Order: sequence, then C-alpha cells, then structure tokens
Amino acid sequence: MSVVEPTLSETQLAAFREQLADGVIDHDGLAADYDADENAYHIETPDRQTTVSADGLETVPAEQAAYITNWYFYTQQVGTEIKQAFCQWLEQSDERPVPDRYAALESGIEREWGQLEITTTVSTDGTRHYEIRHVDDSDAEASALTAHTDPFDARDIGTLDADDRYRPLRTAPSLKQGWIFPELSANGVYDAVEAFYPATVVNWYREGRGELDIDHWQDEQDRQSGIYNLITVLPDEAVDWAAAACCDDSQCLKRREWELSEDEPLDADGGDGVFPCRGPCSMVVAAGREWAKLEREDSQTYEFELTPTEKEQLEAIIDAVADDELDEIREADIGNGANRYRVRYLREKRFDEDGNLSGTPTHPDAHDEGPGDDDHDEEADQN
Amino acid sequence: MQSLVIVAHGSHLNPDSATPTHTHADTIRATGAFDEVRTGFWKEEPSLREVLRTARGDDIYVVPLFISEGYFTERVIPRELRLEGWDPSLWESDGISADTATLVASDIDKEVHYCGPVGTHEAMTDVLIRRGESVTGDPSVGDGFGFAVVGHGTERNENSAKAIEYHTERIRETGRFDEVKALYMDEEPEVDDVTEHFETEDIIVVPLFIADGFHTQEDIPEDMGLTDDYRNGYDVPATVEGHRIWYGGAVGTEELTADVVLERAADAGADIGNAIERVRQRTKPTTGAAGD
Repeated sequence: MSVVEPTLSETQLAAFREQLADGVIDHDGLAADYDADENAYHIETPDRQTTVSADGLETVPAEQAAYITNWYFYTQQVGTEIKQAFCQWLEQSDERPVPDRYAALESGIEREWGQLEITTTVSTDGTRHYEIRHVDDSDAEASALTAHTDPFDARDIGTLDADDRYRPLRTAPSLKQGWIFPELSANGVYDAVEAFYPATVVNWYREGRGELDIDHWQDEQDRQSGIYNLITVLPDEAVDWAAAACCDDSQCLKRREWELSEDEPLDADGGDGVFPCRGPCSMVVAAGREWAKLEREDSQTYEFELTPTEKEQLEAIIDAVADDELDEIREADIGNGANRYRVRYLREKRFDEDGNLSGTPTHPDAHDEGPGDDDHDEEADQN
Repeated sequence: MQSLVIVAHGSHLNPDSATPTHTHADTIRATGAFDEVRTGFWKEEPSLREVLRTARGDDIYVVPLFISEGYFTERVIPRELRLEGWDPSLWESDGISADTATLVASDIDKEVHYCGPVGTHEAMTDVLIRRGESVTGDPSVGDGFGFAVVGHGTERNENSAKAIEYHTERIRETGRFDEVKALYMDEEPEVDDVTEHFETEDIIVVPLFIADGFHTQEDIPEDMGLTDDYRNGYDVPATVEGHRIWYGGAVGTEELTADVVLERAADAGADIGNAIERVRQRTKPTTGAAGD
C-alpha cells in the first residue's frame, strides 16, 4: 500500500472531467469513462472497480486517486511521448503498478544513464521530482556538491573533465564529479540529460520502438565527401581495430550498434551501455581518416636490439597510454615499465642522437617521407 | 509549435568553438520566440545527422552559424540533415544572397526551413559595427577611426571573400568611419600589413569569423604585430607603427549575432514577435573600458 496519500486537486479533477467528456482514459492501469445517462464515472484500476457520481469524484479511494494523479502527471505535465517514455523508464513503471511505484518513489527510485544517477521522487499530487548527480557521487551529501537549477548548465559541466581537458566526445566516461541538480521537473530532467548526452534519449526511444536507423561503417563511408573521402580506403580489418580502439565501454558509454555493414558484423565488443550508438561518430570518422593515411604505408622489417625486459617495457608503455594509466604510475615506481624515469633511461640507452630506436633509421633508403598531411584545419572550415 | 535549430561546425580540439553557438541559443531561448532552441554540430554532439530528431516542432527553422555559402552550407549540412531534393540552386544565390528553402527532412519526415548562413545576412554588418563599439567601449565610435574586416581570402572558397567585400561596402556606405577596408589572411591586401592600408591613427580590426580559435587568437594578433607570442596576450588598443589597433576577435562571439540568427528565421517565415528588438536591447554593450 502506498505511503504517499494522493490528493486530487481541483485542476486535476477538472482535467479528468474534461478528458472524459471527450472520450475514455486508458493509461498505465487506469481505465475510466463517463456515463452521461447516469451522470457517473466508472473508474477501473487493477484491483478495484468503482462508480462515483459526478459530485463524488473527490471521494475516490486513495488507490484510485493515485492512478488519476499518475495519469494527470504523464499526460498533462510531461511534454512529449519521448519524455513520457524516459520518465517512465526512470521510475521503472513496467515493474510495479502505480500504488507500489508511489511507495517506492517515496524514498526515491534511482536509475543510471551513462555516468548520471537520476533519482525520481513524487509529491502527494503525483508530480515527480528529479535529482541528477554523478554516479560516483552517489553517497555524497548533497550539501557537499555544487547545486545547479538550470538544466542547460549540464552543457558546461560536461565540457571539461576533472583535469580541465576538453571532452570532444560527450559520451566518454570522463564526466567530472562534484555537482548536483537537486530539483528538476520532467521537462528539466530531459533537457539536462540531453545536454549531458545529446540525442541519447531519442535514439534509445527509437530503439525501444524498433525504429532505430543504423548507419553502418560502409554507409558512412559512402556518404563522405571532401577530406573524409579518405576513409573509403580504410581496410575492413582496420575498421574492427578502430571500433575496438574508440567504441569500447572504457572509451564511450554508447552501445555500438553499427557494424561494418548490415551483413558483416565486427568482432569488437559493442559494449553494454543503456543508450545505443547508431553510426560512426565524427570522432571515429576523423580517427578513421588518420588511420586510412597510416594504412597506406606498407609494413617493413626492422631489426632492433632490445633485452627481453626492454621489449616488454615497450609493450607496457603502449598499454599504459592506451589504458590511460599514466597518471596512476607512482613517481618512484621504477619497476613499472611506463614509469617516467624508467622510460627516460630506456631513451638514453636505446635512442641515437636522431631519436632512432636502437639506432635503426625509419627510412633506411634515407628519404624522409611521412604519410603526408592534406589537412584542412577545423577553424578554417567554419569561417 | 516552432523550433529553431542552429547548426555549426564545432571542434574536436577547441572547447571554445561551440561557445558562440550555445551563447546565441541561450539568448534566443530567453526571448521565448521559439518553443525550443536546439543546436547541432559537424564535429560535436548532437551531430548534424541526429539534431533534427531532437526537435519536436511542427515548424522547424534551421540556421547555419557559418560565415559564407560554400561546401558546408551547400553540401555537408543538407546531406547530413537529409534534406530531400536539396540543390544549391534552390537558394538562387549569387554567393551571398541565400535566403531560405523548404524541404522535407527524411530523418523526421517533416518539412524544415533551411536558411542561408548568418555571415551573409545584411544584419551581420550591424554586428561588425557593434563589435567596433564594444571593443572601443564607445557606442558612437567612428570619427577618426578606420575599420578593417578580415577574412581568409579566396583560397578555399570564393564566396568567403564575397561576404567580406559585401560587409566592408555596407560599413563604408554608413559613412561612419573614416576608412573601411577588407583585409585577408591568405592574399592581398594582407592583414599583416594593416597599418600600411590605413591613414587613420585608430584602426578597428574585426575578423568575420564565427568562433575564436587558432586564426583569430594566435595567427592574426601575431601577424599584425600586436604581440610577439599570443600566449603573452596583447593590449587593446595595441600600438603598432604609430597606429592604435583595436582588435576585436571573431565577430561571431558578439552577442548581437543572436539577432542575425533570428533575422534568418524570420525571413524564412518564423513568427518571432518583437524578439529581434529585445535581443538588440539586451545585447547592447555596457560602456566603459574595453580590452584587458
């Protein structure tokens, strides 16, 4: 039984009457209609069926009043179908009937959307209230977090990471902590989530309806023009490496649904994110262009002189950079292959004066040729 | 229900690239002229490919926050927005006169009004002059001042220079400044030699760029001799060869640019009430010392 004792306001009753004057209500366990001959309302909820006179609507049992406040909130206070679906997901509406849901909402229902923890609570009139904070601030005192009221502040919070580095990919798992939106409306929570993770709700919604349109890599390739035409020469196997490099959950919280083509899946893991990724993003396309340039080079055999431990050290350095672990390596942990002192030692020992590993020239034929750069810089593009 | 969608380039490298887009969106949102204001980017999120699905209006106005007509406004944006039947000839433009075209966007199966870029709208002239006022801190600045509008040049896009010439001529026609010239980064007359092109001791220099970045914050200040190293900053005004250079940075960061976005949407049929007048009032610079 609900702890929240719902009360129906005049506004809610008026909306209820108005709706039933035009037709019936069939919403989230509530079925209602108006019988003009009897001047009475039939109200049916999962465990109860009542008929009340037009004057007696205020007296409907608390359980049914809860259903009416729920109907009112979702149909009169939440803007669009997408927002309704999102708010229903936030309170796990498909798992509990309204009275149980209200009981759970009394203490708050928490859901995670990327790195956001969103808590829904309810007032006695059925209005929901939403709080958003970083998942890693779950146990923090609200008073210890910086409070925001404008949902669009989320845009600025998400621009830089905790080290003030720019986050070009909004869905990277690098959202900084320390903030809270303590009180948002349904429209506000949608706007804030949209600002943190643009277009994720609408794509999740489309996916839920079986309408998500996927742009696979080859579709993306075919669409490119200008400098990004180059991605058309990226070999298929490199697309798998690119997806593993960029789209792993450790790099992006979207769940990759695009493949090489509709009939050719990639081996790389698409991830477990709650919201889908419907096509290679601009970061992946820009990276793909760089890799297309690199893949134009042929492999060649080099001979390097390294001790076994030095070979492993090179591998440790690559792992540390790829897994973004450099900041975690302690200053004096010389035993770690990617420790700065250890790497400087290797450089002293194994690089010649031209910076060649083991004294082996990059181009033994002595012509110094890089992959070339026909970049069209970003700022120029827009101006 | 009306939606405004501002589309812009954005950047993977520069967090300030999208700042003008967001600022102008906020300014317009505050007027209440549209039921919603959305932003979409080539290099940021939501992408141009997905921005229309975030808009829920029945009447959707798309305004490119770009300086000139060209590759992005004619090819990339219409393709990514999936504007069915798009062809640049629908704008019937001579390179600076694009206004609007109404097409179905197949992503949302609805008509959208696709507007010309802000940079070629006549109201952008007012924004350039407003930047002159804000950088000098003088709302009536003009007498004794020269005004340079700076662009890339024609190397990448001939329409880019057309837009520069267009606004230069319009500023000249106001008769407000003693001299008005167009200068370029890649071709003659070059911004490097700014002092050689003006007789006036005071010269206002404003790049017709949307966002501040490498060119407007590093290249141009160094090329003009405002500073030896952009990292050390520069004075406004800075004295170069006996001239005082009032360097304004990218015009697109001027708050009044929001007005041009509104003008574009209004030209395309949006009902925006008196929002243009309110934005003009709201974005008036406070007088006082400019620069840092």
